[in-house]
Amino acid sequence: MILAALNSGQIAVAVIAVYMLALVILGVGTGRLFRGTAADFFVASRGIGSFLLLMSLFGTTMTSFAIIGSSGQAFARGIGVYGQMVSWSGIFHSFCFFLVGIKLWSYGKRYGYVTQIQFFRDRFDSDKLGLLLFPALVGLVVPYLLMGVIGGATTMEKITAGAFPDLFPAHGQGPAAVAAGSVPFWLCGLIICVVVLIYVFLGGVRAAAWANALQTIIFIVLGIVTFLVISEKLGGVRQATANVIEYNPSFLKVAATEDDERTYQEKLAAFEAGTSPIKPRHPQEIPPLVFLTYLFIPFSVAMFPHLFQHWLTAKSARAFRLSVVLHPILMMLTWFPCVMIGVWATSAVVNGKAVIPPDFANQNAVLGIMVNKLAPPIMGGLLTAGVLAAIMSSLDSQFLCLGTIFTTDIVNHYVEHDRLSDRSIVLLGRTFTVAIVIVTYGLSLLYRGSSVFKLGIWCFTGFAALSPLVFAALYWRRATKMGAYACVITAAAVGLYFFSRADLAAGEESALVGGVMPVAWVMAASTAAMVAVSLVTRPPRPQTLNKFFAPR
Amino acid sequence: MKKLVYVCIVALAVLHHDFYWWHSHEPLLFGFVPIGLAHHVGISIGAGLVGLLAVKYCWPQDVDVRDTPPFVTPPAGGEGE
Repeated sequence: MILAALNSGQIAVAVIAVYMLALVILGVGTGRLFRGTAADFFVASRGIGSFLLLMSLFGTTMTSFAIIGSSGQAFARGIGVYGQMVSWSGIFHSFCFFLVGIKLWSYGKRYGYVTQIQFFRDRFDSDKLGLLLFPALVGLVVPYLLMGVIGGATTMEKITAGAFPDLFPAHGQGPAAVAAGSVPFWLCGLIICVVVLIYVFLGGVRAAAWANALQTIIFIVLGIVTFLVISEKLGGVRQATANVIEYNPSFLKVAATEDDERTYQEKLAAFEAGTSPIKPRHPQEIPPLVFLTYLFIPFSVAMFPHLFQHWLTAKSARAFRLSVVLHPILMMLTWFPCVMIGVWATSAVVNGKAVIPPDFANQNAVLGIMVNKLAPPIMGGLLTAGVLAAIMSSLDSQFLCLGTIFTTDIVNHYVEHDRLSDRSIVLLGRTFTVAIVIVTYGLSLLYRGSSVFKLGIWCFTGFAALSPLVFAALYWRRATKMGAYACVITAAAVGLYFFSRADLAAGEESALVGGVMPVAWVMAASTAAMVAVSLVTRPPRPQTLNKFFAPR
Repeated sequence: MKKLVYVCIVALAVLHHDFYWWHSHEPLLFGFVPIGLAHHVGISIGAGLVGLLAVKYCWPQDVDVRDTPPFVTPPAGGEGE
């Protein structure tokens, strides 16, 4: 009854308010479990069980791209996006959890590590390695954080259009135009940052893990419900796919055929003659080498510092089992409905009219339009809650991990020489987390209109390029300190060289090198540097090897 | 068994390059999922099953660590520098 009196913007505000309030309550609740120690704040006293670990790892790995990006990319390129992004990740994320996560957890528990840098400093017997890794890791996490805040605030601003027309008048022009009544970008970003800050500040990584569990359940359930509601409006799942076969068959394949080109010409002529409601989209295909070399991107998870911190929260090595098995399945449950909705959107017709306007180019808005036009108004609010859930479940861990790195690796280690008390470490950890949230919020206001989203794939490329470092550290006794330096420096130099050549505004194809994703070249270079330099430099000391490898 | 798990991972990676479905959307699984997408959903499920085999038969022996004092600050620096 109350909802009937509200417009769609106000319903969205109500749903978002309930969702944010639930997160704050959860934060206050988990804050009461906080034991006041550094171990509890940074790694939840290494007491997280299987289910919570699965949810927190999955929630941290998935971003807004899993919901709005997946459907938008499927709308632009067809079903191939699933193979590029999901099935590769399903294989190699689990592979990294199994081969890297479990071992790092065991060293973390044995030697008290809280950050990656602590592990690498010890494994490579080099105090200065931390100073090289620190800017690399922070430099890769910050754009990733910005994407989250900007993406979340933009989504909230758009979905709340019409909510408070007297308070927030329309402003801006062209693509930057904001509808009357929208909660402004600065306020949306502030709400997101403050809510995340409240629960992370109060409960540390345990609060992040619980919040991630709630958020993960929300965005998985929401994706499935949206899929069911939209397919029903389109006449059922079979009819929705039949429309795509009729108007845009290439979007149901990875490669386009001559028949697809012919269909395109016929349907275009029919549209121009006014006898077809759908203007067909030009047949799309994903080049085979691009499809293949996307396989390197998922290796980035081996070096995510925020994921490392979640790995360390596990109660036991056995707690990883559920994540290794179910992570690919949860990815499939999240992405499949969104990819299908994106593909259906290319040819969706209701009451003889196209759902998506002809020549529509803003692919990230596709899911929102499908929901707004085909689902009840409350679904729009729920969709935003789902998108925010995906974004905030990554943001919390990233804020916390940067706070942890600054506290333990820089201040406590290099400035205080590991003499800070437990209480001071917690205080510093909280202070740095607040500072990072403030800086990120400020940067999000400065860079809101920039192509920061295009940086996403480069962040993943950077982390993937550093992954040979962790694999060598864990599995190659001959990996040396100088090899580690060479690996990081080469990854940075080659990665920055390709990045400087890429045209961020022109999209992914402009970055290809020899038709191949740049990540393949950067990873090859950093691996070669690691191996070659290790082989020609002094092997690690026996004491170091005894600490990390079983005796031969 | 360990070798079989590694073979399965390589097999999944090879099957990922499903060029044989790239030019067709048929058959449609359940009447609405194009075969190329169904194939990759199968790979996701396969990855979960290989994960199950890995945790059952390839579990590393040296990773279970008994409870230690809750927080040990790692030793400062290495001796290499």
